Amino acid sequence: MTARPPVSGSLRNRLVLTLIGGAAVLTVLLFFTVRNYATQIAQQGQDNILGASAAAILDSASIRDGQIDVDIPYSAFSMLATPSDDCVFYAIYQDDVFLSGYKALVPERGASDRGGVYKTATFEGMEVRLVTVSRTLIGAEQRRQLHVVLAQTQDALSETLDQISRNAALLGVGFFSLAVLLSVWATSTTIGPLKRLADSVTRRGPQDLSPFAKPVPSEMVPLVSSLNSLMGRLDQSLGQSEDFIAEAAHRVRTPLATVRSYAEATLQRVDREENRNAVRSMIRAIDESSRAASQLLDHAMITFRADHLDRQTIDLGELVGELVTRLTPLAEMKDLELNLRAEKGVVCSGDPILIQNAVRNLIDNALKYSPSESSVDIVIAAEPRPHVCISDQGPGFPPDEVGKLAARFARGRNAEGTIGSGLGLTIAEDVATAHGGELTLSNLAGGGACVTLSF
Amino acid sequence: MKFLLVEDNHDLADAISSRMRLDGHVVDHAGNLDEATAFSEVGDYDLILLDIMLPDGDGRTFLKEHRASDLDTPVIVLTARSQVSDRIGSLDLGADDYVTKPFDHAELEARCRAVLRRKSGKSQTKVTLGGIVFDPVAGHLTVSGEMVTLRNRELRLLELFLSAPGQIFSKQKLVDRLFSYDDDVSENAVEVYVARLRKHLDNSDLEITTLRGLGYRLDHDS
Repeated sequence: MTARPPVSGSLRNRLVLTLIGGAAVLTVLLFFTVRNYATQIAQQGQDNILGASAAAILDSASIRDGQIDVDIPYSAFSMLATPSDDCVFYAIYQDDVFLSGYKALVPERGASDRGGVYKTATFEGMEVRLVTVSRTLIGAEQRRQLHVVLAQTQDALSETLDQISRNAALLGVGFFSLAVLLSVWATSTTIGPLKRLADSVTRRGPQDLSPFAKPVPSEMVPLVSSLNSLMGRLDQSLGQSEDFIAEAAHRVRTPLATVRSYAEATLQRVDREENRNAVRSMIRAIDESSRAASQLLDHAMITFRADHLDRQTIDLGELVGELVTRLTPLAEMKDLELNLRAEKGVVCSGDPILIQNAVRNLIDNALKYSPSESSVDIVIAAEPRPHVCISDQGPGFPPDEVGKLAARFARGRNAEGTIGSGLGLTIAEDVATAHGGELTLSNLAGGGACVTLSF
Repeated sequence: MKFLLVEDNHDLADAISSRMRLDGHVVDHAGNLDEATAFSEVGDYDLILLDIMLPDGDGRTFLKEHRASDLDTPVIVLTARSQVSDRIGSLDLGADDYVTKPFDHAELEARCRAVLRRKSGKSQTKVTLGGIVFDPVAGHLTVSGEMVTLRNRELRLLELFLSAPGQIFSKQKLVDRLFSYDDDVSENAVEVYVARLRKHLDNSDLEITTLRGLGYRLDHDS
């Protein structure tokens, strides 16, 4: 298993949190901006009405017989009516002399004919909006400055403002929820290509070292190109080691073959018994070393392939049939008969190279331990599960060792004098285990070993 | 039989050829692909033994070209690799069989015989001697019109005797030829096969003579 790399946070969470945090700040800003703006507009509205009302009072003023006459029109107050029954106060001053109204209302400085002065103040414990307007009255050789102060409590205004604030808050919440949804969606579309790349890396078979060809977002190009170059290097080095093994095998086996052929030819010409024995031992040693080398390589390959099974649907009869054809000449050398009885269409799912290797090892064993002119029977059946059963008429397994023989390099007591590495049954058992099946060893009632490889 | 051996290692080629000549076969040796192509176009071979790794190219290229031409001389590949996938690869390309180096000559011979039997069913060259007709590929022995199929060891024994009539073969030599080197067999095991062969040759002019302390000899009494 490969080690899990240390994890530092999650891109998805980081992105979502940043986006949601940003949305929250924006929402608060939005709320205050809306409220502020609404307050200004509402204040403006009240100011306009107050101004108009005060102007109406001023307009009704006139100088008659040297006296200032102010007849406050009804409309001046009715236009100030609000649903909240706000209180209205007024005061009229001529120059700096109080004429009428609430004396506590003092005119603000700075009001002129061109416009009034507005101010928020506290009057009799209440928050009021206050306007001071003035007008210069010109009568017969007289110039009088008339000031009108008008104040109104702000109940209606604050009620309106409350309502606007509520609406603004609702708007803010809506905006925020929408932003959260959008940031989750944006995050998954952004993370998507990354996830797809990770999936396609995971789904790859063990032999697949081809570069990734699907288009990726430009930010991922450096990652994917380094991944591709890594794959390329891996592929190249795998290829090199395969070539190396082939070359090494070639270099070792060719001289061995030379020695063996010469040894065989020499054996035909040598007559002295001790020389013959020496040459025969030489041949046996060569056979032993080459067989061990093959099986060690096979075993290594099987261990590798068993981790990443290349599963295909296999017709067991066909696969074993090929093997039997291939092994028949070997059987004939000992005058052995290889009988294959296969049910039609027994299929299983597995790695053909592994299964072929396992069955070949089992048949090899049977051939090795069979007495001449006997037969080796191979039966393929689908019930209870797909299996290959190989039985011979040899000495069988020592009963007390049946459980141990599949261990690596283990050989039966009665195997002495037969060339073998002790890996054949190990390979077959490894293959069975990798396919979720099992290898069963038993002895036939009439003598002989019986090995069943089931899937 | 006549073989073409394509093998770049001269030591190995010599070793194989000398071993095969002992059995009475004719072996031509080609050291590279060019020679191999030249030989195979001219010579009329029963079988080609082909090494895969050659100095001027891959033996599989030769296989492909060989299959593309009309020659259907069977090919047995000599491979140094033991990986199953590589073996299958050479079979797919049209090799009839393969042996892994180092190989047992008895196995090579058994494979040659099996390949030839699959291809034609019988030998092109039959041995006719002393009233028998012997087909070493099919394993058929015809004595005065009556045909029997020999078992493999009987066949190999007869082949050996026929390769050198009149020559004495010691029991030990016969053991080495009939049994594999890892079988522990006594010299007496040979007697069984000699006895069987004698029975098959009953009605012919051939006789296997026992020479006490020396071995056996095939005699042709006419």
